[in-house]
Amino acid sequence: MNLSLTEKTTNFSFIFPALLIFSIFYIYPFFYTFILSFQEYDLISPPTFIGAINFQDLFSDQGWWKSIYNGAFITLWALTFQNILALLLALAVDKIIRLKKFYRVVFFILPVLSEIIIGLLMKQLLISEPTGRDVFNHFLENAGLGFFAQNWLGAEKVRLVTAWVHCWKGFGWAFVIFLAGLQSIPEQLYEAARIDGAGAWQSFRRVTIPLLMPVITLILVLTILGTMQAFAMILALTGGAGGETTVPVMIIYNHLGNRLAGLACAEGIVLGIILVAVSFTMFFISKKIREKYGVLPG
Amino acid sequence: MFSKKVIWSVLLISAFLIVGIGCAQKKNVDTIVIWHWMMDRQDAFSELAQKYKEKTGTTVEFKLFFPPDIYSQKVIAAARAGGLPDIFGILGERKTLASFIKAGHMVNITSFMEENGREWKKRFYPQTLELVVFSDTNTYDVSPGIYGVPIDTTIMQFIYNRSLFKGAGLDPDTPPETFGDFITYAQSAQKALGVNGFVCGWGEGWLLNALAVEWAINTMGEERFLKTIDGQIPYTDREWIKVFSLFQTLKESGILASNIATMTNKESEDAFSKGKAVFSFNGSWAVNVYAQLAPELDYAFFPLPKVSQEHPIKVWGGAGSSFMVNAKSFHKEKAIQFLKWLTSKEQQEFFIRKTNNLPAIRECEDALSPLLKSLLSKFGNLTHPDTWERNEDSRVIEVMNRGLQQIVMGVKSPQEVAGEIQRTKERVSRR
Repeated sequence: MNLSLTEKTTNFSFIFPALLIFSIFYIYPFFYTFILSFQEYDLISPPTFIGAINFQDLFSDQGWWKSIYNGAFITLWALTFQNILALLLALAVDKIIRLKKFYRVVFFILPVLSEIIIGLLMKQLLISEPTGRDVFNHFLENAGLGFFAQNWLGAEKVRLVTAWVHCWKGFGWAFVIFLAGLQSIPEQLYEAARIDGAGAWQSFRRVTIPLLMPVITLILVLTILGTMQAFAMILALTGGAGGETTVPVMIIYNHLGNRLAGLACAEGIVLGIILVAVSFTMFFISKKIREKYGVLPG
Repeated sequence: MFSKKVIWSVLLISAFLIVGIGCAQKKNVDTIVIWHWMMDRQDAFSELAQKYKEKTGTTVEFKLFFPPDIYSQKVIAAARAGGLPDIFGILGERKTLASFIKAGHMVNITSFMEENGREWKKRFYPQTLELVVFSDTNTYDVSPGIYGVPIDTTIMQFIYNRSLFKGAGLDPDTPPETFGDFITYAQSAQKALGVNGFVCGWGEGWLLNALAVEWAINTMGEERFLKTIDGQIPYTDREWIKVFSLFQTLKESGILASNIATMTNKESEDAFSKGKAVFSFNGSWAVNVYAQLAPELDYAFFPLPKVSQEHPIKVWGGAGSSFMVNAKSFHKEKAIQFLKWLTSKEQQEFFIRKTNNLPAIRECEDALSPLLKSLLSKFGNLTHPDTWERNEDSRVIEVMNRGLQQIVMGVKSPQEVAGEIQRTKERVSRR
């Protein structure tokens, strides 16, 4: 379709404000971050070009790789424990139990709450008393499970507890998305499967999982992206606990606070590359699985 | 002829641009605007501003931005955008102050300090003024001069709960003098009363760092300590290992609160004020905090428990809050006059009475509580990174703080931590 100059101008004028905002707040910062990663910049004095020194520095920094490990550890828990829990609850709410709406609201309360609030709340529950007599241990003792009581935010458990709290806070998101995915599967398919003699497990394996695969892929990718960039809850809960729960964004935040903006940008870029690579890998694996199940990539 | 669509489009874009441009902040040209982060001092500042208006007719507006992290970001962003207020404070190390000066954001107020026979300059304790002075030999490439006006000061000290001392059968007038005594006293009280021996906000690395520096200076002397910063002595030196081992000894003695490595200073202050620990390590600002949390709390400060008789103790302190005048302000003269008034005896006495802080100027002793007065005696023996010619790189400090947390959590040994700090030091030195 050939448009006149006036028509083109008119059309462009409608997208101009959005384009301007997008350019200022997304495209410019993206390229500026990339440029800054090759500079030494204290946010006050003019930046100085230093080549790839920030990246060299980053690759030889044990603290950075430890934070990636911590992030990956929490992500692994979120990918498995959090998402399996969310799927089971979504299945239950979708198929089995009454009071569906009530449970939907209940499970979605946690993700709606601020991460800082969750972190501080859990800290109060786990270590409200410096003498070690915290609320959670007290509860365990009263429940006859005193042998489980321990220093939950001590060296041995702090990383694991942080992962659990993250999963506890985050499973609501996955639950809602799983539930939406389950409700989009036509009931006729289950009826057809039942007529063909399929049991509950076979229906789940042959109908639910293949049709839920695009949703599962989406949740896995969102979980990886969300968990590797987790920050506020962990900061409030442990403050990093001597590096045991320090995650990459915490390192970036600290370096920005120390006005090492170039290094922080380099860290942001490396983290971004890692996340993009992992996300594409997940998409690739999911595509292969869908092909194997005979479901067209959606 | 333009179509209606084109006319509407042009109108829309114009409206968009006008709204955007029209967002610029309106400024009252007659008001001196001051930005700060000190929530506990806002009321006192407002009262002083009111007093100043009554006296001179000049309006002064104190704007509080809290928490301090946010304040720091705001000041940096404002400096870059050319939107700093007439007076502002800087949070951070000396390097930050130097960057602001070199970027032309601060007035060199030396001439004002030295006029009338240096009357203004003479008011201050030299230790408080030192933090805003750059000498001829400074290594930051800053033109020599005075760039700020201290309004108060702080000192880090050990604190003990006198009531718990009595309860544990210890003499409340005899705090421990040595590191060994400190552990023994803490263990006795812990055993007798079932409270924590020592509580501190070590989840915030800077409190660990301040204590490590004090013990390092006591162990090796200030000269050798500064040589480490210069890179002449490695952190793997046996004296540094000895310093890091002190934290391991504290851990092994069992006197530390179980969650000390994740505890914030606020939580530590709360615990100490409720009598849940015999000892703590905190700054002079704690006087104000405890006055609010537990007015009846019977406590006292005491010097660092010595680990060596060979070298003197240096007290971490001198760095309080300072105000700087924006070099691009239209009210430079008025702003300086206000700061001169703010740091006069009458105003300082009002300020320290109201906020329980240590003064930046002399001759205010009568306005101090006995507790704060006891800290004034330490003024001759202060040390602080902002007064050193060279500072340690923030990444080395970060690794040290994290390492000390790992030692008190029992995750790493002093030798491992020393090795990591030294490797970081070498890495950042190569840049």
